Amino acid sequence: MAAHLKKRVYEEFTKVVQQQHEDLSAKKLRLTKPSKSAALHVDLCKATSPADALQYLLQFARKPVEVESVEGVVRILLEHYYKENDASVRLKIASLLGLLSKTAGFSPDCIMDDAINTLQNEKSHQVLAQLLDTLLVIGTKLTENPSVRMRLVEVACKHLTDSSHGVRNKCLQLIGCLGPVDKGVAKEVESQAAKDVQKIIGDHFNDQDPRVRTAAIKAMLQLHERGLKLQQAIYSQACKLLADDYEQVRSAAVQLIWVLSQLYPESIVPIPSSNEEIRLVDDAFGKICHMVSDGSWVVRVQAAKLLGSMQQVSSHFLEQTLDKKLMSDLRRKRTAHERAKELYSSGEFSSGRKWGDDAPKEEIDTGAVNLIESGACGAFVHGLEDEMYEVRIAAVEALCMLAQSSPSFAEKCLDFLVDMFNDEIEEVRLQSIHTMRKISNNITLREDQLDTVLAVLEDSSRDIREALHELLCCTNVSTKEGIHLALVELLKNLTKYPTDRESIWKCLKFLGSRHPTLVLPLVPELLSTHPFFDTPEPDMDDPAYIAVLVLIFNAAKSCPTMPALFSDHTFRHYAYLRDSLSHLVPPLRLPGRKLVSSPVSPSITPHEDPSQQFLHQSLERVYNLQHLDPQGIQELLEFTIRDLQRLGELQSELAGMADFTATYLQCQLLLIKALQEKLWNVAAPLYLKQNALASAAAKQILEETYKMEFMYSGVESRQVVIIHHMRLQAKALQLIVTARTTRGVEPLFGMCEKFLQEVDCFQRCFISELPHMQGSFVDKLLDLMPRLVTSKPLEVVKILQTTLRQSTFLHLPLPEQLHRATANIIEPTGESDNPLRFTSGLVVALDVDATLEHVQDPQGTVKVQVLYPDGQAQLIHPKPADFRNPGPGRHRLITQVYLSHTAWTEPCQIEVRLLLAYSSNRSKASAKIPKSTWSESLEAFPQSENGIEGTIPFSKPVKVYIMPKPARR
Amino acid sequence: LSFFCLGPGAGQDVGRSCILVSIAGKNVMLDCGMHMGYNDDRRFPDFSYITQNGRLTDFLDCVIISHFHLDHCGALPYFSEMVGYDGPIYMTHPTKAICPILLEDYRKITVDKKGETNFFTSQMIKDCMKKVVAVHLHQTVQVDEELEIKAYYAGHVLGAAMFQIKVGCESVVYTGDYNMTPDRHLGAAWIDKCRPDLLISESTYATTIRDSKRCRERDFLKKVHETVERGGKVLIPVFALGRAQELCILLETFWERMNLKAPIYFSTGLTEKANHYYKLFITWTNQKIRKTFVQRNMFEFKHIKAFDRAFADNPGPMVVFATPGMLHAGQSLQIFRKWAGNEKNMVIMPGYCVQGTVGHKILSGQRKLEMEGRQILEVKMQVEYMSFSAHADAKGIMQLIRQAEPRNVLLVHGEAKKMEFLKQKIEQEFHVSCYMPANGETTTIFTNPSIPVDISLGLLKRETAIGLLPDVKKPKLMHGTLIMKDNSFRLVSPEQALKELGLAEHQLRFTCRVHIQDPRKEHETVLRVYNHLKGVLKDYSVQHLPDGSITVESILIQATAHSEDQGTKVLLVSWTYQDEELGSYLTALLKKGLPQSTS
Repeated sequence: MAAHLKKRVYEEFTKVVQQQHEDLSAKKLRLTKPSKSAALHVDLCKATSPADALQYLLQFARKPVEVESVEGVVRILLEHYYKENDASVRLKIASLLGLLSKTAGFSPDCIMDDAINTLQNEKSHQVLAQLLDTLLVIGTKLTENPSVRMRLVEVACKHLTDSSHGVRNKCLQLIGCLGPVDKGVAKEVESQAAKDVQKIIGDHFNDQDPRVRTAAIKAMLQLHERGLKLQQAIYSQACKLLADDYEQVRSAAVQLIWVLSQLYPESIVPIPSSNEEIRLVDDAFGKICHMVSDGSWVVRVQAAKLLGSMQQVSSHFLEQTLDKKLMSDLRRKRTAHERAKELYSSGEFSSGRKWGDDAPKEEIDTGAVNLIESGACGAFVHGLEDEMYEVRIAAVEALCMLAQSSPSFAEKCLDFLVDMFNDEIEEVRLQSIHTMRKISNNITLREDQLDTVLAVLEDSSRDIREALHELLCCTNVSTKEGIHLALVELLKNLTKYPTDRESIWKCLKFLGSRHPTLVLPLVPELLSTHPFFDTPEPDMDDPAYIAVLVLIFNAAKSCPTMPALFSDHTFRHYAYLRDSLSHLVPPLRLPGRKLVSSPVSPSITPHEDPSQQFLHQSLERVYNLQHLDPQGIQELLEFTIRDLQRLGELQSELAGMADFTATYLQCQLLLIKALQEKLWNVAAPLYLKQNALASAAAKQILEETYKMEFMYSGVESRQVVIIHHMRLQAKALQLIVTARTTRGVEPLFGMCEKFLQEVDCFQRCFISELPHMQGSFVDKLLDLMPRLVTSKPLEVVKILQTTLRQSTFLHLPLPEQLHRATANIIEPTGESDNPLRFTSGLVVALDVDATLEHVQDPQGTVKVQVLYPDGQAQLIHPKPADFRNPGPGRHRLITQVYLSHTAWTEPCQIEVRLLLAYSSNRSKASAKIPKSTWSESLEAFPQSENGIEGTIPFSKPVKVYIMPKPARR
Repeated sequence: LSFFCLGPGAGQDVGRSCILVSIAGKNVMLDCGMHMGYNDDRRFPDFSYITQNGRLTDFLDCVIISHFHLDHCGALPYFSEMVGYDGPIYMTHPTKAICPILLEDYRKITVDKKGETNFFTSQMIKDCMKKVVAVHLHQTVQVDEELEIKAYYAGHVLGAAMFQIKVGCESVVYTGDYNMTPDRHLGAAWIDKCRPDLLISESTYATTIRDSKRCRERDFLKKVHETVERGGKVLIPVFALGRAQELCILLETFWERMNLKAPIYFSTGLTEKANHYYKLFITWTNQKIRKTFVQRNMFEFKHIKAFDRAFADNPGPMVVFATPGMLHAGQSLQIFRKWAGNEKNMVIMPGYCVQGTVGHKILSGQRKLEMEGRQILEVKMQVEYMSFSAHADAKGIMQLIRQAEPRNVLLVHGEAKKMEFLKQKIEQEFHVSCYMPANGETTTIFTNPSIPVDISLGLLKRETAIGLLPDVKKPKLMHGTLIMKDNSFRLVSPEQALKELGLAEHQLRFTCRVHIQDPRKEHETVLRVYNHLKGVLKDYSVQHLPDGSITVESILIQATAHSEDQGTKVLLVSWTYQDEELGSYLTALLKKGLPQSTS
């Protein structure tokens, strides 16, 4: 044995030496480390006691092992394993084996036999469990190999009878992860082992140890995840597990029941103790509902979450979840909700002044009352009243999901959601407001409900208020009193929290445009006009007055009779607001007024086909002109770009698309212009001016391509190719220009090599897209690649120049949805004349509030830039928590920026703007680099050299007046 | 073995809670409450029930107090100091802290105000508290070698607990008062699946299923908010402890959320002292308060200040919590008289009012009140009623029963008629028997206790190794010797038992003769028997020995010809006592005869 070991060690060494030789021949210097296995072997032999050996192993585990030496290390470990008497050391070795076989690039099939053999003589349960774990790792690495899997499953089955729970646990896990999913294949491989894995696992549902029961259910779920269709027979077994004593078991069982209910929603199950039968999904729903009042909150959360995703449940079961029969002294009592509803329908509003108003009415038949709910009864009522806020949030989420799919349920759950607006935990309140917004299409708020909703407007948390404004934007109100109430409350909110101005105006805009007929009767009152007397003209700068006007004008848009009620100054105010707050005030067709000449906005027309068509037509036109004369091409491109830009301004839906294409065409135009310059053929020293133009064009194209790649959301890989292609062309242009201007060839060597590398990289990244790019620059370049590699820089440049000229213009296919990332800084407004004064050397916090649209991953990319008058720039990374997500595609950044500077003599303006950071490493094109799992590898992956990081400014800069005062002594 | 529950005070009645449980020879008294309605001897439980002669200390093993309400602990000083009890009294830490304050207050009212004599003194309260042992939640306290108790969280009021009392493997759970729905300052009651033999549950709301708490809270807040916005004053008469804190928290958070500025006051004295304890026992409160107390202790009120008599005349809106709750005397009545004339003001009654009090009168709609001195007080202010009660409703009680899975349920602390309904429901839903004893009635419940037996590990391993893996469902047969010695049971292997007892081993053999009709020679018969057995008993080792006998495991079979009839062979089957099972099976098998076809 020792001889064998020694041989191994020598092999290791020789291997290393050989590598060095290879390296030398390649004329590269590389540091080599002494072989791991050899060192380990020496260490382990030195170890005198088990504790020592354990120490060595622990130290060893901290360092990564190269792929080449893994097998050697494993052999050495196994040798020691057989010799070792101490269980703890064997345990560590077993765990190391598992870790080692995880090493990327190492195929563990060679060590599998050894690993299985070690199982034979092992006595310690812990070591056995660890070894099985190792086998699991090996098995998961070799999933494609069915015979290996079969073998491992057999091994696991053999150890299922072990008396230790840990071993049984691991066995079940192994079966779950590796058990045959496809029966047909399994039978071919080996009939004996193709025993029904489901049956084997199912037998352990009744194991005496709860941990094993849990593992069995988990294994079953694992099989399901891997695509095995679970048998329906398990259902009854799983139902029994719901009454288990242990929470992990119950929690897992709830999941299993859910999975089964999704698999067999329509099959019929009998109700015990009666002859009736119900659908399985309903039965499962009832059972999971029952678990919402479980003793353990973990189970409750699990159950409440799963309820949301059971869409096929029949509606009367669903509605039971909100039902809780109230009684008092055996007499039926109406719930507060029912009372409120009744009051409302009887025309009376709010009271509760009398004692005994809620006095119970009719007698209840004692026999008919079911105290412990047998079905889904009241599950949500309990869930929403739960002690733990985790459960409440889960219940609200589930309500949301169910209500989205069922309008009648949405109507019913409204009362409960409204109640949740009063929860003691802010997250729950926020969540329920969001939920309400999501289901708002299905519901209309009653007045009393609206009243409760509006009461929350006074909440001191900004998030809550803004969420509520969002909600009001899309709610349906049933009466004019409701609208009035909403307006009054919103104005109250405005006086209490003036910072909510924007949000409240926006809210009123939608409220007005949704309910024109309800606003109409309110107009005289709101504008406080009087039939006989002239009323004083309100103050135009009053935010509250503006709010009222926003509501009215938006309602007037679809209600032509309304302007007749306006007084003179209202029309004047309209003209002013239309200009100053054009995003809030729509264009109106006012009778006999010349001021309002703007046509009805195209956005009203429901179908935007003409404009879309226009976009496509203009693009077609551009693509068809391959063979026009250069002058013509340029002109056409210029026209098209102009058209597209205008289109983008007019049509907000198509803005992203139009801008994107315009930018692309702009790049193309620049490229053509640069190439069209006649001075290319003139001797080098003469075209200095020309250089400036061409190199500027190249630079601009590069910039634009980065914008195209990173500023638009919805860009697909097809577009990315074309963008990269354009960038490649720009780089080629840069190379040519440099070649022309610089003297000597030396600097060109490096540039050429780099360029060729990039071409290579491009080819690797977009190999699948290449067939679509016939006749393009890259296509031609790749044909010439062998020649390019061998030729001298100057030749390369020449070839590049000709290819660049000959290459065709690639079509830019448009994705379905394309949105440009935009940002708008709301705060600071940049209007203030009062400088922000602070003592120099100290910091001042500047509140920044901005809305971001269509920014992917804003937490990682959005930065705030502060430019000081002295040219100093400061880049600030906002905290991830500063970003809120009020709606899809929209984000809001509310953060504080700390400013500081040395003393100034007088106040001056600084600029604040938002930047979008990008790095080409994150690019959608670059393949994912597999991360090593082997311990915490400190060796960072080398940054790919062409990873370019940069930022794109994407918001208008805002000026802030500041004044650092000198510190007083 | 039996329990008996004796209600010196509380059976089918809300009032004095005092229950005596006798479990496996141990006597435990649960709660020691007083009745608020009486002013004579009837207010305290009649302790002579417990023992006619002899000291209570000798009879009772311990006393457990579930929470600090006077109807659960009011008689404690009387019981321990005046009647005389020196054993341990168990309660939770908050109860221990708050209980003496309430007792002292109660004493002051009865002795100082009403001038009663023959009542316990302050010193007695102090002495009584010295006998109290405080317990933590889920802490198992060993009262003596056999009796152990464990507290579970019960909601209701700060420090309320349910107690599990366990002797050997028999156990009782006493719930005290509990609440299954969480409120603004306390969580919900919780118990694990302890499967007690008996669950003693309160049943105040046996026939009520309540509406969600949120509606009530919202209504309350809305009313207060509206009145304050109108510039009115709100009076909330409360009792010092319990609901007062819940309402304080509710208003405090609402004020915080809505940025309101109107002042809130609570009457000084008792409430102030109690708030101090609420601040200390944060772990006993609900999730929200527990999680946020690092930033800010919710009981350190920002908006709620102590009340001074002069404030009542201040102009502008305000909210005042004042004691007592039924508006029958004291500060709350004073303020009420000041404010009643203004219709902008409002009084909110958060609880039940006893007949005859001002609170009851105004709730039943009376607008003109006759005060002392023939004054007529016209009530113009708004009167609202809000029920904030912290008892479990019928659903809650059922939920607790489902959680604990008891074998029997016993209902106390409720009205007989209502309990009847709940009893019927419990029996119907859970199929467990349910009792509801009247005051002074004794209920005996029989249990099937399982008796633990010690077994040596070696024997256990040896026995489990034989046969299949242990299965939950099937009982397993084990062989061993049961030794009952010194009040303990041990299962040991026979050899060890012999050694311990100093006995010599005797072997008991059963021998049986089986007659078989077989004309053939003896050894051929033996061979046939051998083949037959080998065919039947596949799992056992069947051997044919050279001396003509057969062994199946350790059972010996010999064949001889019958002395009279050569055609009949006599099979001698002999087995030891340990192999009784196999031996009797074999004889039965052989008695059936040999199969005819022998090849």
